[in-house]
Amino acid sequence: MILSRLAARPLLLALGLVAVLALPWLVYPPVAMDIVCWALFAIAVDLLLGFTGLLSFGHAAFWGSSAYVSGLIALHSGLPFPLAVLGGAAFAAVLAVPIGLLSVRLNGIYFAMVTLAFAQMVYFVVNQWRDLTGGENGLQGVPRELFGMDLSDPFIFYYVGLPLILLGMLVAWRIVRSPFGRVLVSIRDNPARAQALGYPVERYKLLAFVLSAALSGLAGGVFAISHGFASLHDVYWTTSGQAVMMVVLGGIGTLWGGTIGAALIVLLNDYLATAGFQEIGIVTGSIFVIIVLVFRRGVWGTARDLVQARVAARRRTTTRLRTAEE
Amino acid sequence: MTGPILRAQGLTKDFRGFRAVDGVDLDVTEGSVHALVGPNGAGKTTLFHLFTGFLKPSAGRITLGERDLTGKSPERVARLGMARSFQITSLFAQLTPREHLELALAGGSGITWRFWRSDKALGAYSERALELLDQVGLAGHADVPAGSLAYGRKRALELALALALDPRVLLLDEPTAGMGVEDIDRTMSLIERVRAGRTVVMVEHNMSVVSALADRVTVLQSGRVLVEGPYEEIRHDERVISAYLGDAHAEQ
Repeated sequence: MILSRLAARPLLLALGLVAVLALPWLVYPPVAMDIVCWALFAIAVDLLLGFTGLLSFGHAAFWGSSAYVSGLIALHSGLPFPLAVLGGAAFAAVLAVPIGLLSVRLNGIYFAMVTLAFAQMVYFVVNQWRDLTGGENGLQGVPRELFGMDLSDPFIFYYVGLPLILLGMLVAWRIVRSPFGRVLVSIRDNPARAQALGYPVERYKLLAFVLSAALSGLAGGVFAISHGFASLHDVYWTTSGQAVMMVVLGGIGTLWGGTIGAALIVLLNDYLATAGFQEIGIVTGSIFVIIVLVFRRGVWGTARDLVQARVAARRRTTTRLRTAEE
Repeated sequence: MTGPILRAQGLTKDFRGFRAVDGVDLDVTEGSVHALVGPNGAGKTTLFHLFTGFLKPSAGRITLGERDLTGKSPERVARLGMARSFQITSLFAQLTPREHLELALAGGSGITWRFWRSDKALGAYSERALELLDQVGLAGHADVPAGSLAYGRKRALELALALALDPRVLLLDEPTAGMGVEDIDRTMSLIERVRAGRTVVMVEHNMSVVSALADRVTVLQSGRVLVEGPYEEIRHDERVISAYLGDAHAEQ
């Protein structure tokens, strides 16, 4: 039984990898790319929401600004696109320092409102700076350069872009299971106690905020390269909201739940859009409400609870049998 | 036992026109157990919050040894050698007692900033963590989520956490609150053991605990120091008796 429990994690990991690699066979390849980008974005948001206890409503600022910066680097420098994306992620991290400094001292709804306000400022700047960003037209014609390879086929680009996303996910996983990650969890559970133990809570929150922004930027950069443009929608507040929605659907504080939430929402949006349905928001909103009501802890969180309950029940029966034998 | 290690001078805290702590002067002798008693609302817990930086004083000074602590942040105060427990049990629900203590021990080492390392690195503190858990009688509960511990054990973990910082001054906010007789006895002998080499300041309502442990007692009322002295002395002080009786009358 111990063996089967040890095997559960690698098995889950293998299943996840197979699913990710098979994705562009199952769905239209650009949609597959959208799913993994949003999945990393949701994971980055969960790093703050689920592991630090901060609900950011302004992460579009990082996803979107990186989309523009990655696009601009790719457009004007001709560098390989992974470097452009890393540049975008670095920009998002730098942008997160002042925003974080001014917001991490706030909690709950105040933190959400202040991050939203900053994101709206970023939106305003991107919208106004037409010479650079193209304003309402967006940043068009972003190339996919990688040592002269032909990446125009979205099916091929999926596999070339995927390592960047997986790298981001690996980093998020590492953060959550690091000494730093444990401090974050302690801050989430009880900030005053963490302070009484000598931890400068606000500085830990700030680093978590910057790391989360960098990962959001990584996702946004790949997204922009994949689509070949960056648009105002990328920095709009609904983008922040959609990422939070994905985390809640998948399960707050589960890390991997965001991937499920991302897949659900991207596929649903795609299906409804292809079916010519106009009011997508009504459908996704209703499904969101239903899932949140039925699965309190999100899809992933509920599944995990069920498995753990079964394992615990089985352990109880085996100990009971063993004591009966004795 | 030498001079005062913890000293408050004219310490005052106003909350929107309500003066919770009003010009408190307090000297805590190094190596002593000093109890703060007084009716509800006397300002005991507010005083603790002021000492540990969770509240900023409206006026007055706090010094720990030679250092001025006035206005320092809670994490600074903890690092400078004053640790506290909380009145309401205050733990990290998802973490185990061992993980709690590893965090308390690792603080300040810099390792807790390393987001690129495995959390197994904290295992370096595991041995000391288990020692501390053993000291407070939690050795058998090192690896269950703290949220699922029984009340008395949570309180014991509280104490172990404060001890993990190896503080010069240990502030205990009602260490026996809500405990049964057995747990109270255990906690008392524990405090008796850990006071060696440190100074303990505690808020406590249980007078048998105060009489057994405290070298000095400060009685507070309405944010002011009413009387200070050894327990035997203050016990017969008329002002103290009337303060408590007056409180009892008011409650009826």
